[in-house]
Amino acid sequence: MKLRILKVLLRKEYLQIYRDKLMLRQMLMMPFIQLLLLSSAATFEVKTAHLYLVDRDHSESSRGLTDRLQASGRFHVSGASGSNNLADVSLLNRSAGVILVIPHDFERNLVRTRSADIQLIFNAEDGALAGVTSSYAQQIIAAYARELTVSIKPVIAPAPQIEVRARGWYNPELSYKDYMIPGILVQLLTLVGTLLTAMNIVREKELGTLDQLNVTPIPRSAFIAAKLIPLWTIALAELAVGLMVARWLFGVPMRGSLVLVFFAASIYLVVALGIGLLISTAVETQQQAMFVSFFVILIYLLMSGLFTPIRSMPNWAQWLAEVNPVKHFIEIMRAVLLKGAGIADVARSLGILALSGVLVLTLAVRQYAKTST
Amino acid sequence: MVQNAGKRFGKTEALSGVSFEVNHGELFGLAGPDGAGKTTLFRILTTLVLPDTGSATVLGLDAVRDMWKIRSRVGYMPGKFSLYGDLTVKENLSFFASVFGTTIEKGYDLIAPIYSQIEPFAERRADALSGGMKQKLALSCALVHRPDILFLDEPTTGVDAVSRREFWDQLRVLRDSGLTILVSTPYMDEAMRCDRVALMQAGRILEIDIPTEIGSRYPLPLFAITGAERYRLLLELRKASHAHSVFPFGAELHYTDDRAGFDPEVIAGELREYLDYKGFANVQVKSIQAGIEDSFMELMPPPLQKAS
Repeated sequence: MKLRILKVLLRKEYLQIYRDKLMLRQMLMMPFIQLLLLSSAATFEVKTAHLYLVDRDHSESSRGLTDRLQASGRFHVSGASGSNNLADVSLLNRSAGVILVIPHDFERNLVRTRSADIQLIFNAEDGALAGVTSSYAQQIIAAYARELTVSIKPVIAPAPQIEVRARGWYNPELSYKDYMIPGILVQLLTLVGTLLTAMNIVREKELGTLDQLNVTPIPRSAFIAAKLIPLWTIALAELAVGLMVARWLFGVPMRGSLVLVFFAASIYLVVALGIGLLISTAVETQQQAMFVSFFVILIYLLMSGLFTPIRSMPNWAQWLAEVNPVKHFIEIMRAVLLKGAGIADVARSLGILALSGVLVLTLAVRQYAKTST
Repeated sequence: MVQNAGKRFGKTEALSGVSFEVNHGELFGLAGPDGAGKTTLFRILTTLVLPDTGSATVLGLDAVRDMWKIRSRVGYMPGKFSLYGDLTVKENLSFFASVFGTTIEKGYDLIAPIYSQIEPFAERRADALSGGMKQKLALSCALVHRPDILFLDEPTTGVDAVSRREFWDQLRVLRDSGLTILVSTPYMDEAMRCDRVALMQAGRILEIDIPTEIGSRYPLPLFAITGAERYRLLLELRKASHAHSVFPFGAELHYTDDRAGFDPEVIAGELREYLDYKGFANVQVKSIQAGIEDSFMELMPPPLQKAS
């Protein structure tokens, strides 16, 4: 009996979703556009830095160093002279981001003491940019020194001397895309799960059809299930599309099991849908639903480690992040896709997700029961 | 059927101790101005809200305890059109039929007189229908599962006069087939077409009777007055020393005197003299029996009475 009603309701929901062509198109386009924009526009990667060269040595060795820097593709010599003042001006007017000063005794020192100093000066207005450029320069200089079997100590100003000995595991090219895309997919699922659920239920309130349904023998459980199941399947389909785009368009590695990814997503969506249901019980209009959903989703995303690492957050925020389902799902996605983690490796996060799912859904259903008789 | 039902929303008392009973197979009207509590009463009877005090029984079932049994046996048509605009006429109807575990075919003979009129547009989306057609679809959806009682909350708001008359003809046909119908309306001409009417105001029922009898208990002498310069006539009559109320009624003015039990002929004479003195010629003053509309006007809240 109940199942028959559920089937009737589901048919109606899918029919309505199918009728809303604009929504359908948008849902299909969202993974493409978001992945495209967020992964290629919002990047920390530094393409080419303009370098101002002050070469006072004019030796074989100094030329070799500048050649290596240019050949890396990371640096482009945009100006050169023997004058410190001219170099300063180019840094000020931003025609260069880095100044490389090679002293006149560079080669002589290399030959005599097998060690020489050079100076790198960065425009550190953008700290992150300067840091990345500096580490590129050091890598290239160190490689050149190994080649000559000498040591060149770059004196970096204003930053203190940093010894870089990084080895990128799981993401050896430190590709920003590989790191971001799993997170962006999570954000997509959150949007579909929470926002669409809240809007969909509130729409029935707004239209008055909820009252009409309440004067029929439809049980509450069937109504809620019929609302959540279609959006749950749509979100999973969205994930499938997103993963395909990520794999074939962006070449994001998928080292772990896709079954595990979808399993985790299924659990995570219960949380996201539950939050949507909870929001729908608290508001009266679609406008309110949208506003509240955006507020909640934004906080969730900012506290999730998607854009900024959780370890650099203050202690209280780290605690909050620990109960944030978005954070756990992002961790699972990154671990499974990039590291090839198995179910045992992500068991803790999965457990937390499952627990939040049960909690949120129970709360939402109880709240729903309270607001309607 | 309803005993002493009350409901408050915050500080507002929407319904204060309402009691009445509707007979089987009756077309029962709830008439009253906006905000009288008609919709709240309907929402209690259709189990959408719970009464704070008192109790309501529908088809012998308690509106709180037996809520789920009631829900499968009533038909409800809310005042605002509330079907799915993005589904077609037929999809809406078949959705509501299947929710009750039935089909359009099984309920077809009951809804046929109404549904057949919109059937040519069966594939049209519901929000593309005109007001009158939407109302017919809503009524079909409320009837398709063959309910034992039908609740219609202000069913004719936003519907043209011809469709309204048709709609009431159809209600009479349904009533004749044995269906119990409860209908609320702010219009007196519609109230006249019910078997019995309850006059509601400010959350109370003031009077329940057959429509033609409701006027008979009008407490004060009433007169129909006709003459030229209608507006000035109205204003001057309101200034008369014993005027209780004066309202325009079609071509006439209805004047109520505040002296209960006074001889109408004496009052009529006084009025003629008064109007003559005020310079009105050819004024006719006639003592009349009050109708439902006079009763209704009498029941309107005082601020509205003085306003015009």
